[in-house]
Amino acid sequence: MTDPTQTTKPGRTDRPDGSFGRFGGQYVPEALMPALEELEDAYGRYVLENEDGFMDEFRARLADFGGRPIPLQRADRLSERYDREVYLKREDLLHGGAHKLNNALGQVLLAKYMGKERIIAETGAGQHGTATAMAAAHLDMPCEIYMGRTDVNRQRPNVFRMRINGADVNPVDAGRGTLKEAISETMRDWSRTVEHTHYVIGSIVGPHPFPAMVRDFHAVISEEAREQCLDRLGDLPDAVVACAGGGSNTMGAFHHFIPDEDVSLLAVEAGGSSLEVDEAAGVAPNSATLSTGDEGVLHGARTTLLQDSHGQIMESHSVSAGLDYAGVGPELAHLVETGRVTPVNVGDRVALEGFHRLSTEEGIIPALETAHAFGYLHEVCAEDGAIDDDPLGETIVVNVSGRGDKDLETVIEKTAEMGLEAAPDMSVFDGGLR
Amino acid sequence: MSDRSTIADAFADGPAFIPYLAAGDPSYEASLEYVEALDRGGADIIELGLPFSEPIAEGPTIQEAIVRALEGGMTPERFFEFVEDLEVEASLVCMTYYNLIYQYGTGEEGPRPFVERAAAVGIEGFVVPDLPAEEADPLRAACDEFGLDLIFIVAPTTRGERLERMMDRVSGYVYVQARLGTTGARDDVSDQTGATLERLAGYDVPKAVGFGIKTGDHAERIVAAGADGIIVGSALIDIVADGHASGAAVEETAAALETRARELVDGAARGAAADGNVPEPEQP
Ligand SMILES: Cc1ncc(COP(=O)(O)O)c(C=O)c1O
Repeated sequence: MTDPTQTTKPGRTDRPDGSFGRFGGQYVPEALMPALEELEDAYGRYVLENEDGFMDEFRARLADFGGRPIPLQRADRLSERYDREVYLKREDLLHGGAHKLNNALGQVLLAKYMGKERIIAETGAGQHGTATAMAAAHLDMPCEIYMGRTDVNRQRPNVFRMRINGADVNPVDAGRGTLKEAISETMRDWSRTVEHTHYVIGSIVGPHPFPAMVRDFHAVISEEAREQCLDRLGDLPDAVVACAGGGSNTMGAFHHFIPDEDVSLLAVEAGGSSLEVDEAAGVAPNSATLSTGDEGVLHGARTTLLQDSHGQIMESHSVSAGLDYAGVGPELAHLVETGRVTPVNVGDRVALEGFHRLSTEEGIIPALETAHAFGYLHEVCAEDGAIDDDPLGETIVVNVSGRGDKDLETVIEKTAEMGLEAAPDMSVFDGGLR
Repeated sequence: MSDRSTIADAFADGPAFIPYLAAGDPSYEASLEYVEALDRGGADIIELGLPFSEPIAEGPTIQEAIVRALEGGMTPERFFEFVEDLEVEASLVCMTYYNLIYQYGTGEEGPRPFVERAAAVGIEGFVVPDLPAEEADPLRAACDEFGLDLIFIVAPTTRGERLERMMDRVSGYVYVQARLGTTGARDDVSDQTGATLERLAGYDVPKAVGFGIKTGDHAERIVAAGADGIIVGSALIDIVADGHASGAAVEETAAALETRARELVDGAARGAAADGNVPEPEQP
């Protein structure tokens, strides 16, 4: 067993060339390659070596503007219900209401250090777009966000927040109008404007150095959580659970635990409505990339994808916009391949039940993305069985990646549609909502 | 750099005209007619797009062509049949994204099965917009094995070591991206082109310029600025899209493509005759 009191080195799994095992790389149009080289250089100097005190300024701003450190809270009623120790890493309390600010603030600040004049970003749930818009306003940079049309419609509160922070929001009509299309469109903008614009990518996806850099900005989550566990419990947890879309809150929550081999790391993906794929229509009714996908090249990286037998990328589906993506970060693909991270998934219904459970029992309204982690927790813990045999163990940290204000309309609609019993009845308010 | 196919020959007598169409846009049959019309119109090389669902280097015109082609049922295997069915004199280059090349076959042999099949149907080279020189060695090796060319795109931002790396690996021709951004027809000619052509002047490989070329006048100015060939995609796809939207007969659209091809060929020839004297743009 590893000594839990020994401070571990961060569990870097990237190699100097930016690959993670056989995953990663830089599969982008030529016009972007010089910008990636420039970014690699800036990442090395400012982030890894703290040149000009970049990391000190980043940490200071994360504290003052962002509100870090973020508490690790014991979930009393869930602990009682499951007869285990359930702890919540409350990233929903970070400014903006999701973990996303760690990365957005880091990248916008880096863009400033690099002398860039304009910020662009994609967003799915609107949380990354919101965090980027906030960081850009905070650091006085013009900002434009690309968001799929479907997501604009299902995450409207975040569209308003971005606009109110002064960002332009460009709806993307291609395909199903979700995260995949938004990323493609932001890459197109970047290939026009690359000389003065920085693309703040919103997860641990894309070409090197983005996956490593975004992870490093989010690694503060597990750095704090690990310390907090040692301080509070005198020991490391048995498991860390986080939802996974692209995988940024996931890798943020896992990174410093990677060398702690006794700590299980579970990435909960969106099972959508089914794990069955409609190959002819090119549609996967889920976003369970790690569990059901295979290797390919998308958005600049070799990674695990949902694709048909020809290599065309599938349209993914999830009730949660932030998990609704046909790819996943290359580092997570690698860690799943090596067995260090275990991929699991729960469907829309279980996620919604998890949403209501956390809301009514703990007084925390989670994002629908986050709700998948609680759905999974319940699936494992509600079963009577020997704790020793299950993947979670006695002490569990769940990363609460974000708050659910943005999701209320979707939740109310889907809850009624699915006839969920455990949910509060909202029908008396019918008509007032739209 | 070495000559591996007949592609370099296309630059031997005068500037090369290199049209691009998405194979199967808007249908298999119509698309065959359109490609053959461009061949009659004077194409030296034809870049045939194998449509990929996530075309990150394309602007709206080609994105829409790709959607039409995919909806029409285009797949990698259909694409190879399409190439076999074509009757053209021009050399054929396949333009697609790396995932389709990579997934063909079992996935464990890398790009080799795709290249082998492409070679068998008569494709002579590849342009892969999301495959920079740094990631290209496996495809380069497969191309060498089957005698195909691998064409790289040189962007206005490509310089120094990266340019060297690319020039070490390129064959056939280099695709000079006339401006930053995605594909799409424009009304002006970028002044970034001249600067890029100057950086490439010392390299003994044909230089074909693309991104934004629309008219004979553009072709003339670009060839006069030193290009060995012109690549035209979106301006031709606009004709296909207009024909599709208006319900025009396939022959009518094919004739319009052939006419535009001749205009571009003539423009390129005028540019070659101008011999370095870049003409002023025509007043509209
Ligand atoms: C609250 C929240 N959690 C999780 C995610 C998924 O992203 P990632 O997998 O990168 O953490 C999102 C994305 O929008 C989100 O908003």
